Amino acid sequence: MAERGAPPQVHPVQRRVLHAMRAFFTPLLPDDYLELVNPLWSTRELRGRIERIDHETADAVTITIRPGYAWEGHRPGQYLRIGVVVDGVHHWRAYSLTSDPGRPDGFISVTPKLYDPGVVSPYLVKHAKPGMLVRLGGVEGAFTLPDPPPAKALFVSAGSGITPIMSMLRCLAREDALDDVVHLHSARTPGDVIFGERLRELDARHPGFRLHERHTASEGRMTPDELEELCPDWREREAFLCGPAEMLDALTKRWERDGDCDRLHLERFQPIIGGEGSEGEGGTIRFARSDVDAEAGAGQPILVAGEEAGLELPFGCRMGVCHTCIGRLCSGKLRDLRSGQVATPQEGEMVRTCIHAPEGAVTIEL
Amino acid sequence: MASMIESPLAHLSPEEIEAIGREFDAIHDEVFAELGDRDRRYIKSMIELQRRLAVLGRALLVVSRFPPACVAGTAALSMAKILENMEIGHNVLHGQWDWMNDPQIHSSTWDWDTASTAESWKHSHNYIHHTYTNIRGKDKDLGYEIMRIDPHQPWHPVYLLQPFYNVLLMALFEWGVAFHDLDLDAVRSGEKDKKQVLKELKGIWGKARRQIVKDYVAFPLLSGRRWKTTLLANATANVVRNVWAHAIIFCGHFPDQTYTFAQEEAADETKGAWYVRQLVGAANIDGGPLFHVISGNLGYQVEHHLFPDMPSTRYGEIAPRVRQICERYGLPYNSGPLGRQWGSVHRTIARLAFPGGEPRPKPGPYRGDEVRGEGELAPAAVASNGASSGNGATGRSNHEVRPSAAS
Repeated sequence: MAERGAPPQVHPVQRRVLHAMRAFFTPLLPDDYLELVNPLWSTRELRGRIERIDHETADAVTITIRPGYAWEGHRPGQYLRIGVVVDGVHHWRAYSLTSDPGRPDGFISVTPKLYDPGVVSPYLVKHAKPGMLVRLGGVEGAFTLPDPPPAKALFVSAGSGITPIMSMLRCLAREDALDDVVHLHSARTPGDVIFGERLRELDARHPGFRLHERHTASEGRMTPDELEELCPDWREREAFLCGPAEMLDALTKRWERDGDCDRLHLERFQPIIGGEGSEGEGGTIRFARSDVDAEAGAGQPILVAGEEAGLELPFGCRMGVCHTCIGRLCSGKLRDLRSGQVATPQEGEMVRTCIHAPEGAVTIEL
Repeated sequence: MASMIESPLAHLSPEEIEAIGREFDAIHDEVFAELGDRDRRYIKSMIELQRRLAVLGRALLVVSRFPPACVAGTAALSMAKILENMEIGHNVLHGQWDWMNDPQIHSSTWDWDTASTAESWKHSHNYIHHTYTNIRGKDKDLGYEIMRIDPHQPWHPVYLLQPFYNVLLMALFEWGVAFHDLDLDAVRSGEKDKKQVLKELKGIWGKARRQIVKDYVAFPLLSGRRWKTTLLANATANVVRNVWAHAIIFCGHFPDQTYTFAQEEAADETKGAWYVRQLVGAANIDGGPLFHVISGNLGYQVEHHLFPDMPSTRYGEIAPRVRQICERYGLPYNSGPLGRQWGSVHRTIARLAFPGGEPRPKPGPYRGDEVRGEGELAPAAVASNGASSGNGATGRSNHEVRPSAAS
């Protein structure tokens, strides 16, 4: 249940010296004492210190973080798992990185938007302050800017769907590659546009970048048919879409009808679970710690089967991103509901219950 | 063997036992709903203090030529080892801090400065001892399979030596615990296979080697010509920690006040009856806040046995509510000063070295007049923490119940 940050990029010499000194610290590690001096020096997990908090809109902030060790980099568009302590409890959440991976100061940033019933976003938006520490987990996500970047690109985003795209735009701007980019972005009002000023500035400074802002409170939502008018050559462009599910579904249909789906890239913050992965045989799940057996139908996640059997299991995003739901798998085969892939994890591996279904009998320590 | 003494459970109706279970469950749930920053700050600063003390002690021993500084170094190191085992290691391994979801302060990742591996300790202590507490023949901590600590246990001539090897055990307690965890009795009876024992032995050897290298090779070497002083100081710190841990742990279940149970008495017990068994099978030690910290809050052994996974700092806070339950249901609340508890334990060890013996007289129902630790919060402050839920079988007062109000 207790998840660590990603292993940091520590210099091999430093690792060897610390390793040699272990005899003085057993059963602890030199790390445990170094952390008392500076928590960023942990070589077990990557941590970061919040350097700046910038208010983007009334309910979104950009948090700039100094990683404890050199940032390994990310591909623009990927997301990062961040661990924070809220009222004594560690929570992990995934946020799109909004920073350019090639930032000269090596800092990174994320831009959470307030989600009131949540735990982590209210904390980050309202209470986080410079100087606070966070844990930095793995970088994931396949919604990324190709390398080299496409000659002609179209970005369509809405609300906080701008966040992965911002990292792409920053990367393109630094590489001076904003040659032929159209960006259609929707938000309720001009004041609700996250990164509004920066986007407008990019628009003014780069002749190859054309921003079209849609303010849905006054103008209504953009329909797929408006594409022809707003970006007549959309079929020739590599398209990147990020926003609410209805918008993505409607636009995907448009592409399926008369576009080239190979050129369409989407970021769904809600994966379609039960799509391709819904075949499979299901199986029985033994929840060892709770001493409960449950039956899972084909394509039913372990988490859901456990909940239906009356268990209160930990969960977060329910989409395989935050790792809150992980439990130690003692035995059995699992199907990844996102890909449909069946695998036998190693004994004792931590697995995410929200995106895995049993394939036959499994035992999990939850 | 049938019990020579009737346990307080016999006086309770099934309804009362169930009601007691609900009341204890409610205390647990209220505390867990409240855990937060305050608790995290406590354990974080306790761990930090312990590590600073360890650094201070080691540094004084390595660097200083001045004898009083060596004494101070030994004291600091002893205290660091005590805190590490008692208030930190034991409690973290119980999962008391797992709710924080902290990858480092977590029962699944923690290891401690003792000869037992975390893995086998969690099995023999958290599972066997805390589940089958004081059930004769099942709780292997009842005499640790080497001592006769209860008159129901059959006598054997080897027990004539127990007063002597008990003294040895005090000094070498961590090694005793490690070998106890191996559970050689289970190997003899065939319950445990040899491969498992070999694996555990390897684990103990690994921990032993690293501890010996650290305390008796690495730090003495670092001290250069004064290696002897450092080696002696490290050995002293280990022995001080062992003697202290032995004293606190033996006072947890072996004082005169506690009850033991026949297996039939605990067969098919309900959650409520489990709570009562834990309550009367353990005994507290009275003391102030400092005492409770350096004993890992095991001076609240009763509260610890009721709620083994509750953060130890909360035991003192819930103690008045536990006493109220005892008072209302006519149950004993076992407690006494360290000297008295320790004395009664060693009297028993001496007496039961010889055949025969009878259960010692028990204190009877708690009447609200016992001495309690000075370190506890005022009852009113505690009541305000959790008196909101209507769980009392009989109306619960927000104030300490007076002796005259006893049933």
